[in-house]
Amino acid sequence: MQRSLTAYGSLLKGVRWTPLLITSVLLAVIMVVATGIGSVSIAPAEVLSAVWHGLTGSLDGTYDMIVWKIRLPRVMMAALVGASLALAGTAYQGIFRNPLADPYLLGVASGASLGAAVVIAFSVSVPLLAWLGIPVMTFIFGLITVFLVTMLARRGNNIPMVSLILSGAVLGSCFTAATSFIMLIAREQAASVLAWLLGSFALSSWSKLASVLPFMLVAALAIMLSSRALNLLQLGDEQAAQLGLPVERFKVVLISLATLATAAAVSVSGIIGFVGLMVPHAVRLSVGPDHRTLVPLSGLLGALFMVLADLLARTIISPAEIPIGVITALVGGPFFLYLLKREQRGTL
Amino acid sequence: MSVQVEGLSFNFGKKPVLKELSFQVAPGEVVGLVGPNGAGKSTVIKLMTRVLKLRSGQVKVDGTDIQDLSRLQLAKRLAVVPQLSALPEAFSVHEIVLMGRTPHVGFFATETPEDLQIVERAMRRTEVWALRNRMAAELSGGERQRVLLARALVQEPRYLLLDEPTNHLDLRFQVEVLRFTKRAAQDGLGALIVMHDLNLAARVCDRVLVMHKGVLVAQGAPAEVLTQELIQDVYGAQTHLFTEPGQAFPVIMPTL
Repeated sequence: MQRSLTAYGSLLKGVRWTPLLITSVLLAVIMVVATGIGSVSIAPAEVLSAVWHGLTGSLDGTYDMIVWKIRLPRVMMAALVGASLALAGTAYQGIFRNPLADPYLLGVASGASLGAAVVIAFSVSVPLLAWLGIPVMTFIFGLITVFLVTMLARRGNNIPMVSLILSGAVLGSCFTAATSFIMLIAREQAASVLAWLLGSFALSSWSKLASVLPFMLVAALAIMLSSRALNLLQLGDEQAAQLGLPVERFKVVLISLATLATAAAVSVSGIIGFVGLMVPHAVRLSVGPDHRTLVPLSGLLGALFMVLADLLARTIISPAEIPIGVITALVGGPFFLYLLKREQRGTL
Repeated sequence: MSVQVEGLSFNFGKKPVLKELSFQVAPGEVVGLVGPNGAGKSTVIKLMTRVLKLRSGQVKVDGTDIQDLSRLQLAKRLAVVPQLSALPEAFSVHEIVLMGRTPHVGFFATETPEDLQIVERAMRRTEVWALRNRMAAELSGGERQRVLLARALVQEPRYLLLDEPTNHLDLRFQVEVLRFTKRAAQDGLGALIVMHDLNLAARVCDRVLVMHKGVLVAQGAPAEVLTQELIQDVYGAQTHLFTEPGQAFPVIMPTL
């Protein structure tokens, strides 16, 4: 039977558009409002006109400069990082069929940040590191971490939920220790490593955005294209294979993509935990488990969450800033414990 | 035209599970695979669907070696009704049966109205259409098994492989699942059923294959194969065999 061409490329038909549309609009509004809030408060209309001036290359006046040069890149960066972490979390949770999987809890974020610390500390003396750059090194270290964690956690043919998270936590702390060690031996760079580790969007710029955007876009698109396969995988490896999915190959590709998204996020903002855990859960509760909607909606909600978290981080004790990782951990820690409790009640 | 299994052997580590297994399943035929626990029955299905790697022996589907088929192509030819297993709770029955269309739809497209019709037809046939909006978590064992059967049917395979489809089901649902299988065979599908209950096997199968410790010890029509001696040898159990007047298959009664 020949399938008509219209059936292809209509992956979009299985998507539930209403929640996506609502969240997109909400995200846009919140981004405009958040851009307006700060030491100088700027009305939404003026934010929009500044954006227009920026796009058309006719920046004029202080407000335009504040919006276009400082606040908008920061808000955009927060949105991108939030979306990437949430997408990575959704993918990890789907692949491992483990509701607790998340870039931070799997240790991938710590591994990736060790990669970045190595670059920051040693790139002056080792030119190769400077040439590879932070995004590539975070990706390599992230990949090494995730495959080590998977190997350590594997029990025969499956990966128990708690064992995965434990391996991630232990390996994560090893990498964090290694990062501290690097800061000790590379004294001159210690301050910049630390500043970066704490995670902040304060130094966002258009060029920094451009340096990670391609990685994030590729990862996001590819994860979205995998939604059907991710659905199938929820039946278990065996049934997914019997329905036509090349399971092992698919997992390796998707884990790599999720790690790419994580590494790109870590390379600009340091370690920000729990976003990849909370967001997919919230989305699953509201729209169900179909990845065709779950994946894009998690991306949008992750962006929204991070823009709000960053807004809090820079306004609560203004003019000082709270590291954004502190805010996400304060919300995410209790959320994790609640999930752990619930899952254990379900499985024991 | 048939599924041909030739010289299938398999080891778990050093422990041999299957030794030189050969048999065929033809279209329209219901073949039962019986034998005691641990005889290697489920392993046969896993090898035939390449869940386990085939190391020695060959499986051909209508003349094509399964190693030469992609997983999607294989899933268009062989569909598995798995052992009663957990389904992802939050998916609806309809969504789960739709997943059976994957071999035809692929991973990057959506079902056409035609696909949806095929799904509806299969779900009506196995009497789960009324359950389509239920969550998988809410299904009883019998319902779940019929959902899995519908999912296998929408693959539009040439052969069905059923792995202990009657396990944990009460009598009514056991009969029902087998009746649906029989009907599928009448429509031209070949079926291989792994099962425990010799009486049900005798009743539903055109042929039975008897496995013991990884070896195929007998195959043929139930009345010829399922003899007192064979059951004694394979299961180590004493039985009485009765033959219903006018029926070709025996009724097997264990002696206590």
